[in-house]
Amino acid sequence: MATITVERKPLSFLERTYIPNIVAGLTTTFKRMIKPTETLQYPEQRPAIPLGYRGVPTLVNDPHGREKCVSCQLCEFVCPPKAIRITPGEIADDEPNAHVEKRPKAFEIDMLRCIYCGLCQEVCPEEAIFLQNQYSMTGFTRAEMVNDKDRLYELGGTLPDQHYKWDKKKSAAEAASHGGHH
Amino acid sequence: MIAAPKPDLVTVNIDGVDISVPKGTNVIEAAKLLQKDVPHYCYHPKLSVAGNCRMCMIEMGTPAFDPATKAPVTDPATGKQKINWIPRPQIGCGTTVSPGLHVKTSSSMVKDAREGVMEFLLINHPLDCPICDQAGECKLQEQATGYGRGYSRFIEEKNVKPKRTQLGPRVTLDDERCILCSRCVRFSKEIANDDVLGFVDRGSYSTLTCHPGKKLENNYSLNTVDICPVGALTSTDFRFKMRVWFLKQTNTVDIESSVGVNAVVWSREGTIYRLTPRRNDEVNDTWMPDSGRILYKQVAATDRLTAVKLNGSDTSLDIALHAAAALLKAGSVSIVGSGRASVEEQFLLKQLATATGAQGHLVARTASGDKLLISADRNPNVRGALVTGLISQLPCAELKQLSRDIDEGKIKTVVSHGEDLHAAGLTAALLAKVAVIYIGTHANATSAAANIILPTLHTFEKAGTFVNQQFRIQKFYAAVPAPQGATNDLVVLAKLVASTGTHTPASEVHALWPAIAAAVPALATMLYKNIPDTGLLLDATPWVGLPFVEGETLHYKPAAAIAAEAARS
Ligand code: SF4
Ligand code: SF4
Ligand code: SF4
Ligand code: FES
Repeated sequence: MATITVERKPLSFLERTYIPNIVAGLTTTFKRMIKPTETLQYPEQRPAIPLGYRGVPTLVNDPHGREKCVSCQLCEFVCPPKAIRITPGEIADDEPNAHVEKRPKAFEIDMLRCIYCGLCQEVCPEEAIFLQNQYSMTGFTRAEMVNDKDRLYELGGTLPDQHYKWDKKKSAAEAASHGGHH
Repeated sequence: MIAAPKPDLVTVNIDGVDISVPKGTNVIEAAKLLQKDVPHYCYHPKLSVAGNCRMCMIEMGTPAFDPATKAPVTDPATGKQKINWIPRPQIGCGTTVSPGLHVKTSSSMVKDAREGVMEFLLINHPLDCPICDQAGECKLQEQATGYGRGYSRFIEEKNVKPKRTQLGPRVTLDDERCILCSRCVRFSKEIANDDVLGFVDRGSYSTLTCHPGKKLENNYSLNTVDICPVGALTSTDFRFKMRVWFLKQTNTVDIESSVGVNAVVWSREGTIYRLTPRRNDEVNDTWMPDSGRILYKQVAATDRLTAVKLNGSDTSLDIALHAAAALLKAGSVSIVGSGRASVEEQFLLKQLATATGAQGHLVARTASGDKLLISADRNPNVRGALVTGLISQLPCAELKQLSRDIDEGKIKTVVSHGEDLHAAGLTAALLAKVAVIYIGTHANATSAAANIILPTLHTFEKAGTFVNQQFRIQKFYAAVPAPQGATNDLVVLAKLVASTGTHTPASEVHALWPAIAAAVPALATMLYKNIPDTGLLLDATPWVGLPFVEGETLHYKPAAAIAAEAARS
């Protein structure tokens, strides 16, 4: 291999005194001293969560208190790391939401597996699972890191609903039984 | 035997490709031979053609002939015979092939027709997919994706119809999802001979319902669930248990009778969720009895044996086998095999019988057949015992000879492979006189009286073969892993044979087959892996004289009936 010798430029007089570089460095230091601080004193201080943030996946109720998940198991299917585990169940005929027929008997998300990808939220046909603002999950055991159904609803709370599709279905059926549209 | 006459072939042209098909074939089946899918709902290959869903539209034309001279008309543009295309689409299911028939399965007229039919079918569809068990295996979903328009123009109110109706003990009906294809109606009438389903009201009010005062409760009711192209009919047992896309399918054979219905086990992570039929045109077409479908519940039954026992206390398999070997070596052994065991197990049991000089017995299990898919012989594999030589005569329900032998003190040890000796007529007093080695899956009076219990596997947990009433050898595979504590029957039997000191047989199906092929004349030239999934007919001549108990069933006539027919004609 051929060797190319690169000629090194000699330093100028000013450069040899180091003074311009020291001045430039100190300017930055003084600017930062006057500027407002950006460090957050976590965990006492928490950052503002931007819109569309993908935090811990949670299950939500609609404003009428109906659990929205119908245990269709699409999120379980789509979840890349197989973090979701659902045991489907039937809603008994004497319950107010009997017309929805199906809901999860058990619903578990293993937060040691979850990669916060948001595919579960994207695939859900019932808009029942959302990655909300909660981002910090800790626990002392593996079992503690598995969110069960109760915990998922506690984390998720209630979100507004644009469709109320099951309520509409119920009222259509009621209208039909009273001689309305068949 | 006279060779079957060659079926008359008719040449048709589908999407520009000529193909010869048997006379009487319809366009859907002819197109299938060319791997072309003609979407359809109401047509089912084993039912009559109703032609009511209109999904199978095709464009068709026939060769032109001059009306006066009857001479073929030539198209000057191509130099070939002119084709008179019918200007409207036709249904493929109701069109049987005729010579020179031309068909287009994907012209723009056909596509338009399909989009139109899909739109009509979907306007009143409840779009229940998230809570519908059919999702994932629903023809409406598949064909809406493949042939639908992709969006809805329907803004009016949808129909309301009865939901969650129990049609019978095993079938749930959702009328809103029904597309009125009448497959279930035709099945009940034509196959199950129980004409209980029908439509009431007209137009968009049409509703599938059961005849008043009746129920869909015949032993074939779940076949309506299989053939319903949508989620209108669903299985009550399988309802909301698991999504079908999670389930692994394993081929198996119905174990409830000697018909040997081909079936599929659907399981996820070692749990079985359902059994469905598998098409075999020589055995069960596409049907299966309901009673065979619940047998998966035996696998996780609470009375499963999972602990090896020696004289009532838990022990290891090796110690128990050692004790069993001592009993076998002492002589005066009798062996009771099972018509529920596989050919491979019966073969090893026969070797054990030879090695110990014991006589092989089998217990018959009979009840009346239903003339369809349950025969009078409720053992799936009595013929396997004949083929392997474990028995030479047909079994009786009671082990009278064995009772006598025990009474006279000729027998000291009885090996039972899964048979309840108590139910087979051996009294507790008799059983107390002998040492009992019980190789089986579930607890019963015999396991309670046994000195040695060797827990083994259920059919769905192991691989093997059965020989059905037609002498058709059919394979089944392991669908789920065995419970802890149970050992494969072949391993237990091979170890018992080895302990007698003669030889050490293979204890795995594939490895055992060369030995079976070498020793059993009817199975020579065969290997496990070469048996097709639809089975292989064996030469039954050595056993034609035996008075088999089966009566006539679907695709099976007893030898006596065939002889009587031959005598008449
Ligand atoms: S966010 Fe992604 S990884 Fe986490 S549960 Fe949902 S689908 Fe699974
Ligand atoms: S959260 Fe949504 S996708 Fe997951 S099971 Fe429930 S309804 Fe289905
Ligand atoms: S219930 Fe199913 S099989 Fe019966 S008519 Fe309706 S769609 Fe067809
Ligand atoms: S399949 Fe031909 S009309 Fe239904």
